[in-house]
Amino acid sequence: MSEEKHHISSYTSHFLVLGALLLLTAVSVAVTSLEMGKYDTLVAMLIAGTKAAIVLTWFMHLRFDNKIYAIFTVAVIVLFLLVLYITFFDYSYR
Amino acid sequence: MEKNTEHTTHVHRDDEGDKLGMWLFIFTELLLFGMLFLIYAVYRFRNPVAFQLGGEELDVFIGTFNTVILLISSATVAMSITAIQRGNKKQALMLLGVTLFIAVVFLVNKYFEWGAKIEYGFYPGSEALMELGHGTILFFGLYYVMSGIHAIHILIGIGLFIYVVRQIQTEKIHSTDYIWLENTGLYWHLVDLIWIFLFPLFYLIH
Repeated sequence: MSEEKHHISSYTSHFLVLGALLLLTAVSVAVTSLEMGKYDTLVAMLIAGTKAAIVLTWFMHLRFDNKIYAIFTVAVIVLFLLVLYITFFDYSYR
Repeated sequence: MEKNTEHTTHVHRDDEGDKLGMWLFIFTELLLFGMLFLIYAVYRFRNPVAFQLGGEELDVFIGTFNTVILLISSATVAMSITAIQRGNKKQALMLLGVTLFIAVVFLVNKYFEWGAKIEYGFYPGSEALMELGHGTILFFGLYYVMSGIHAIHILIGIGLFIYVVRQIQTEKIHSTDYIWLENTGLYWHLVDLIWIFLFPLFYLIH
């Protein structure tokens, strides 16, 4: 076991991250009442995506850990988006 | 993941390897839920109105409440790691107690939410549901499967938290050996991560 320095996140940083996540949740619920037609889902997914990025970066410590985890995570997300894109490409032109 | 070349009597530890293993598991989980989200996307694309009406049947208040408490529990578990790293056992146990409590509350809310729907006759294969359109059947089918698999993850999380709390109490997890707590935290954040997407896709469509 290597006794390398571990990054210790402060309580303050955890509170700030939580605050940001709760704020985005409030925004997400609030914008639901706006009539944005087909952009509804896009906006909701953008907010959810931002929340997910915050959780991954700070709570899941990707910012401070070995970069390989962040690279793998991005690769998995790209793979998923690619599958989503290919599936819809198929469905849209049937 | 470094090679242990010295022959010592102490138990072999590989925290980095443990963490890598946890992340690999998380990736398989992301793909598992990813495929469910893919199914959701295709069915919603083909049944937009039914999904919209189905979403309106769900209680936005319960959904928002569960989102908020789950986010708070993610923060408390992250803080418990800070506490253990600083050698503050009591604070770590208290924070994990809060996390555990929230996990139970989340499931209790799910019980009431599902209970009300089932009482209303809305459950997979029910007569009331089968009389409705194909799209509605798909929406509620996905609702039960996806929030159900998520709820099973919460249940497993509760088991992990109980184990970790006992390990801290018996000093098996302490300020220089806390990978179990770290990995349990990662697992819990994953559960939160999935809910972050389930919430708007089921409760906030209108």
